[in-house]
Amino acid sequence: MTQKTILNDSHRALGAKMVDFGGWDMPISYGSQIEEHHAVRRDAGMFDVSHMTVVDLAGARTREFLRHLLANSVDKLKVSGKALYSCMLDEQGGVVDDLIVYYLAEDFFRLVVNAATREKDLAWITRQAAAFGVKVTERPDYAMIAVQGPNARDKVLGLLSADTRAKAAKIGKFVATDAQGPDGMPLFVARTGYTGEDGFEIVVPQQHAVALWDRLKDAGVAPAGLGARDTLRLEAGMNLYGQDMDESATPWEANLGWTVALDEGRDFIGRAALERQKAGGDHRVMVGLVMDEKGVLRHGQRVVTARGDGEILSGSFSPTLGKSIAFARVPAGAGDALQVDIRGKLVPVRVVKYPFVRDGKACDGV
Amino acid sequence: MQEIPGDLKFMKSHEWARVEDKGTVTCGISDHAQGLLGDLVYVELPSVGDTVKAGNACAVVESVKAASDVYAPVSGEIVAVNDALPDKPETINEDAYGDGWLFVIKPDNLAEELEELLDPDAYGELIESEDH
Repeated sequence: MTQKTILNDSHRALGAKMVDFGGWDMPISYGSQIEEHHAVRRDAGMFDVSHMTVVDLAGARTREFLRHLLANSVDKLKVSGKALYSCMLDEQGGVVDDLIVYYLAEDFFRLVVNAATREKDLAWITRQAAAFGVKVTERPDYAMIAVQGPNARDKVLGLLSADTRAKAAKIGKFVATDAQGPDGMPLFVARTGYTGEDGFEIVVPQQHAVALWDRLKDAGVAPAGLGARDTLRLEAGMNLYGQDMDESATPWEANLGWTVALDEGRDFIGRAALERQKAGGDHRVMVGLVMDEKGVLRHGQRVVTARGDGEILSGSFSPTLGKSIAFARVPAGAGDALQVDIRGKLVPVRVVKYPFVRDGKACDGV
Repeated sequence: MQEIPGDLKFMKSHEWARVEDKGTVTCGISDHAQGLLGDLVYVELPSVGDTVKAGNACAVVESVKAASDVYAPVSGEIVAVNDALPDKPETINEDAYGDGWLFVIKPDNLAEELEELLDPDAYGELIESEDH
């Protein structure tokens, strides 16, 4: 059965084109995907991300549990409200999912995990939590709206109550706080996102989600679909679970080494496998590609290198750059000048450092 | 949604064909098809002089989200392609039945192959049924 978020009727009333996304009926765009992309880069856009799964963890040993569950170290979270991006690995070091963990209190943390992996994640987390006596509670009673873009924060802050506005205006990147929205609605406002722009991701009780969406729209925030979300996150150099990594790739192979904390004495799931692979040193790597010729790089295309074949992971047209960009997984030492097999034709591509786009402009070398 | 011009014939795969006075056939993709694809960003056209066969892929259109083959509505020789499209593929979004044409075929077997194509009413019903 296809699931619907509480904002489904709002999307349809706006004339959205709906698609199935991980079992959810979601808007891919409301008209032009490219215009929605530019709205986020230049002003402010909003995405219904209520399909994502909010999971609350409660219990005295929650931090200890997360030290075991996550490849990044929750010991970096020292102040209530602080958030951390991490992978959750299996014993082989493969990525079960990527997620954001919020530290709210010593006995209370919140996770936001992907929609398509919901059941697998809940089963995995619940199984691992048992030994720590941590209570795992999914929160389907919450909706989530991501408001992103250079003017996004101001537009959200304008809707908050005077006292919580001051507090929310001060939070740094990757920090969350409680706030009060229009008509006193209780909000959980996090300065996070998946577009490379500043902004907030807002967790809101379902019964207030439509009103919040409408107020944001009245404040000039442009509704944007999952299509724009995908091109924005790719330009920003952010991985998509299921496309750029899954259980068949380790963080080293998905360019997520920066999220792995090999801190002294912490025995997280998958650590032994990661250390073995790191010592081996010849594992596959994920690289960023730019194609200067016309055409579009797509998931699954073959990448030809002197060290053997690789493949395109996420690939798309970049609305900001006006050409195609991609992530690819290639053999170690593949070099910088590669070719991609597009319908039988070998097209040259350049390996570049990413993000591809920052502050609305092409990064150096892209 | 744009009105479907009465002088067009359609394939079930959403290509249109217009028989011109001089007997050549201009081809493109329907307004419905461009709507499904979304913002177009790349077009790969056949070359003038290529021989194409009805029902075979002879061009590619790509939107931000997907690549799609374009099939030849009739068999024959490509006598013209829309050279303006590679630099402005969004023309297809803006005017699928006019400036967004893709290529022109000098047909080999027009009378017979035309029978295989849908008239505007039949095509209208087809996309109506797809929408529900």
